[in-house]
Amino acid sequence: MTTTADGTPVQHHILTVLVENKFGVLSRVAGLFARRGFNIVSLAVSPTEDERFSRMTIVVDAESAPLEQITKQLNKLIPVLKIAELHPDQAVERELMLVTVKATAELRSQITELASIFQARIDDVGHDALTIQVAGAPEKLDAMTDLLQPFGIIELQRTGRIALPKLARRPAKLRAVKNRAV
Amino acid sequence: MQLTGAQALIKSLEMEHTEVMFGLPGGAILPVYDPLIDSSIRHILVRHEQGAGHMAEGYAHATGRPGVAMVTSGPAATNIVTPLCDAYMDSIPLVVVTGQVPYAVIGTDAFQEADTVGITMPITKHNWLITEASEIPRVVREAFHVATTGRPGPVLVDMPKDVANQTMDWYWPDAVDLPGYKPTTKGHPKQIKDAARLMAEARRPVIYAGGGILKARAAEALRQLVELTDFPVVTTLMARGAFPDDHERCLGMPGMHGNYTAITAMQQSDLLIALGSRFDDRVTGKVGAFAPGAKIIHVDIDPAELGKVRRPDVPIVGDCRLVIEEMVKAVRAEKTRRRDTGHEFPSLDGWHVQLRQWQEQFPLHYEQIEDGPLKPQFVIDQLCDNTPDDTIVASGVGQHQMWTSQRWTFNHPYTWINSGGLGTMGFAVPAAIGAKVGKPERMVWAVDGDGCFQMTAQELVTASAERIPVKIAILNNAYLGMVRQWQELFYEERYSEVYLSPDLPDYVKWAEAMGCVAFRVDTPEDVEPTIQKANEVDDRPVVIDFRTDYREKVYPMVAAGTSNDDVILDPAHDRPGGRD
Repeated sequence: MTTTADGTPVQHHILTVLVENKFGVLSRVAGLFARRGFNIVSLAVSPTEDERFSRMTIVVDAESAPLEQITKQLNKLIPVLKIAELHPDQAVERELMLVTVKATAELRSQITELASIFQARIDDVGHDALTIQVAGAPEKLDAMTDLLQPFGIIELQRTGRIALPKLARRPAKLRAVKNRAV
Repeated sequence: MQLTGAQALIKSLEMEHTEVMFGLPGGAILPVYDPLIDSSIRHILVRHEQGAGHMAEGYAHATGRPGVAMVTSGPAATNIVTPLCDAYMDSIPLVVVTGQVPYAVIGTDAFQEADTVGITMPITKHNWLITEASEIPRVVREAFHVATTGRPGPVLVDMPKDVANQTMDWYWPDAVDLPGYKPTTKGHPKQIKDAARLMAEARRPVIYAGGGILKARAAEALRQLVELTDFPVVTTLMARGAFPDDHERCLGMPGMHGNYTAITAMQQSDLLIALGSRFDDRVTGKVGAFAPGAKIIHVDIDPAELGKVRRPDVPIVGDCRLVIEEMVKAVRAEKTRRRDTGHEFPSLDGWHVQLRQWQEQFPLHYEQIEDGPLKPQFVIDQLCDNTPDDTIVASGVGQHQMWTSQRWTFNHPYTWINSGGLGTMGFAVPAAIGAKVGKPERMVWAVDGDGCFQMTAQELVTASAERIPVKIAILNNAYLGMVRQWQELFYEERYSEVYLSPDLPDYVKWAEAMGCVAFRVDTPEDVEPTIQKANEVDDRPVVIDFRTDYREKVYPMVAAGTSNDDVILDPAHDRPGGRD
């Protein structure tokens, strides 16, 4: 969960952007965010089921008004085909985390037990450390990180979230430009 | 048919009906300059790549066709960055071709290598790096399509040298396939109906016409709308000429240096109909205090403009011409409907009387004393009076630009060419040259400042060499006048780095050295005869060095960041019952 300086949670926005799978597109999209002073919380890009296109999942924390300007500007990029804003309540969000944590012989079983509660997997074992892989909702990853903290986290890497709309309540598919600009 | 990449590029430009291009060759673009010798395209050899870009802009402004420029890699590409940005801000269709180092060595810091696509990404509508010769016809076709449709703008095609030397099988694509690019041109009928309903109830309406009117070739449609509704019109800096100044409903230019009536009409209106305008800060003044009682109808082909600055009550995405034509029909229908139900449109007589009162009370003002120093406004009035009605006027940026925009009577669209959004000093000379190339039958004058002139004057060599008879009026007040004005008004007359000298350079000698006819004018009585002499020259450029009063300032003025309610008038108007 994204929080402000005083720790209160900030509503984040998930944009999923369907783009042409060509070189330089990421730079165009990222540049647009930078020019408008937007901080990207996380970004995940990969080809879609149709390899001519890629899907970018961009998480931003923003008030909704400037976000509208950003999505409109994104829509103007020629290689951008569709933009959908996924409301967190209406999206399935997943993220993958790899974390290397200190694990001496006597603590190892405690950590593996914790991992199994989170349905995480031990991917690598060293003399006094473990690398754990865990996937799930971002909040789950946050919780796991918290619990691992006391053991001593050596390195941690998260992929940034990817998201798709929930099937039950399909949200407005895309912010269509057609005369519904406001 | 087998062609080299270079041949394919030139042929593609011909297929897009390019008649003229502005450019300057160099290492990486050399292969493309070879087939140009055998092409029907006229090439104008500039003296600086910035000139090529501004000429292409002037050409596009005057003709409505995309301007084409071609330069080499590295420093040439960076020199054309300013015109690209200028065209991006003012929505001018440009197609710029740059040479690039061979594809095989891109990224190695090769000689004259620059990341042109990366540098120009934020200031072009789109750009392309060509990786194989077979892409050329498709990319050129796409480039022209993107530059000229939707909200027009500049595009750039980066052409590596080895790709230009490859061979390819010639083809010409039947259509453009850009799945992510489908501009909406037709306005939504319901929105247009809503707009007509608002228009039917307005008591103090103002049409806020912007540069989009010109881009959409919508001047005639606008005239119909005005004649149907009797609504007054303000024309922004980018829209001067989109509605004739001599029409009784034309209020002229609003904004920071607009006239009192145009500014105040907007402030007090109850309905603003923004057509192809973008609520620029120079127009709105302090946004929070802008036209507080007005409902907004906003028409723009770019959805991102709607709600960017001011949230419209009725947003309409679409091409201005198509939307205005539909608006005319909708207003007619609304009028009929109301007549039938006995609820006619409210009378606008009171509003028109009020506007006329302001016009009479607060006209633009200056005073030319017979033996006094030459006033820049007097020069502009004389120029306007002594040139044909359809003369094309270009300007640079600063005081001279504002005076010209304020005072010139623009009665035809596409007669006013200036750098609005970016405010590019040095725009006038090359833009005027480009306009004259596009419209050789028309008289083209540039009104320039002495500061601006020194930035791009060398393009007069281009004009002389190519026999492009443009005419340049330098309002030489020996200062960076607009900066001086701000220092006088807002920095307690502490003048910092604004003095330029009237005699250094000697503008007459300089112009003559560049192959121009040149005159100098110091006194009011010499103004008209010298303009007449300049008008007679039709085989080379003319430059007139008008020595104008450096103390003269641009009024009215709304100081930056203040409300449009606080118009600073000419000092003669400062106190009630002042002169005039």
